[in-house]
Amino acid sequence: MLFANLLVLAFSGGEAGGPLDVNPGVILWTVVTFIFLMLILKKLAWKPILNTLSERENFIKESLERAENAKKEAEKLISDNKVSMLKAEEESRKIVEQGRDYAEKLKIQMLEESKAQAKKMIDDASNEIERKNLEAFNNLKEQVADIAIKSAEKILRENLDKEKQTKLVNKYLDDLSKN
Amino acid sequence: MWYSDTLAVKDSLQASGNGSSDTGWIMHHVLDARELDLTPFGVIHLPHIELFGMDLSITKHVVFMWIAILVLVLAFISARKAYKKSLVPRGVTNFLEVLIVFVRDEIARPTIGHGFEKFLPYLLTVFFFILTCNFLGLIPYGSTATSNISVTATLATISFFVIQIGGVMKNGFFGYFKGLIPHGIPLWLLPIMFVVEILGLFTKPFALAIRLFANMTAGHIVIMALLGLIFILRTYFVVPVSISFALFIFLLEILVALIQAYIFTMLSSLFIGMAYHQEH
Repeated sequence: MLFANLLVLAFSGGEAGGPLDVNPGVILWTVVTFIFLMLILKKLAWKPILNTLSERENFIKESLERAENAKKEAEKLISDNKVSMLKAEEESRKIVEQGRDYAEKLKIQMLEESKAQAKKMIDDASNEIERKNLEAFNNLKEQVADIAIKSAEKILRENLDKEKQTKLVNKYLDDLSKN
Repeated sequence: MWYSDTLAVKDSLQASGNGSSDTGWIMHHVLDARELDLTPFGVIHLPHIELFGMDLSITKHVVFMWIAILVLVLAFISARKAYKKSLVPRGVTNFLEVLIVFVRDEIARPTIGHGFEKFLPYLLTVFFFILTCNFLGLIPYGSTATSNISVTATLATISFFVIQIGGVMKNGFFGYFKGLIPHGIPLWLLPIMFVVEILGLFTKPFALAIRLFANMTAGHIVIMALLGLIFILRTYFVVPVSISFALFIFLLEILVALIQAYIFTMLSSLFIGMAYHQEH
């Protein structure tokens, strides 16, 4: 219907003919214009712009890839760091524990050593005391014997010779020490 | 039937008033002309050229095609300069880039597929040329070169040649015409199929030409007719209706200008793809 209207309008338009009139001049000019435009734009626009576009697309793609790689690397680094930190922590804990163990052992050892030493010292001292005691007793015994002999000698100088008397006194002393 | 109907309408219109109800002024705006009508600043008469017995006059539509060239060249020069400055587009460059990427990624790549780069300059040129011509018709004193059947038919013919040359270059001359006939049809159908397919080759660009021409012409005629109602009915009451409807149609025209440039490019690309990759 519109088309019909158009035709009618065209036919009634008068002077320049209708819209469906084909003008060979316009056809020729269109061909020339279009080809000219295409050549100009091909040189001026399409080649450089399309190149720039693909260049930029590659650039963006590469940048994204690089960013992705960097991110991955950073993540790896972080996880590595975490692992090594954990390891270091573990190690330090172990070292501290070892130190503590060692100290504990050392403490026990030292304690035992000092105990043993003290005991030994006490033993030594008591031995010494016993020895000294014995010695003193022996000394005393000798001195007593001496004194007794001397006094007995003084008393019994006339009727008893020295050997017999010593024997006698020794026998008495032995009896004394036995008791 | 339709003819008598419209004649009746026209007659009644003519009878309803005097000269102002004549529809000639609508066609005057839509049709090609030998002068640029810049009322009230005057009229520029274009040169009349005749070569080898052919009328090669510069007409209004030819001038507007050249204006389109000028606009495009200036736009792309500025875009190129902007690209040299930095890789990041802005302003006009951004707009142009959106359209270029649209033609490349939404039209050429999916319809032609492998090897679409060869046809990209043609498709881009057609798209931007038609788009600019369409938009030039929407500015005051402008005229739509694409509402001239000579222009659209020529564009369609160029499209036709690009399609055939693309097909022949890829498949060889005989291979191309053999590939036109679908596989697995009975032998006795071959002559008919051949004729049908050859006809099909020509109807495609014919449809392209008519579609673009009719779309670009119709919108203008409707706007003119809506505004013409004011003068035909001779009342102020129709003014708001006419203006709002005309505005609506004008906005629609902006859409149509984009859509028609897209469709022409899209269909050309589709036909190129069909001729180029015949196995599908």
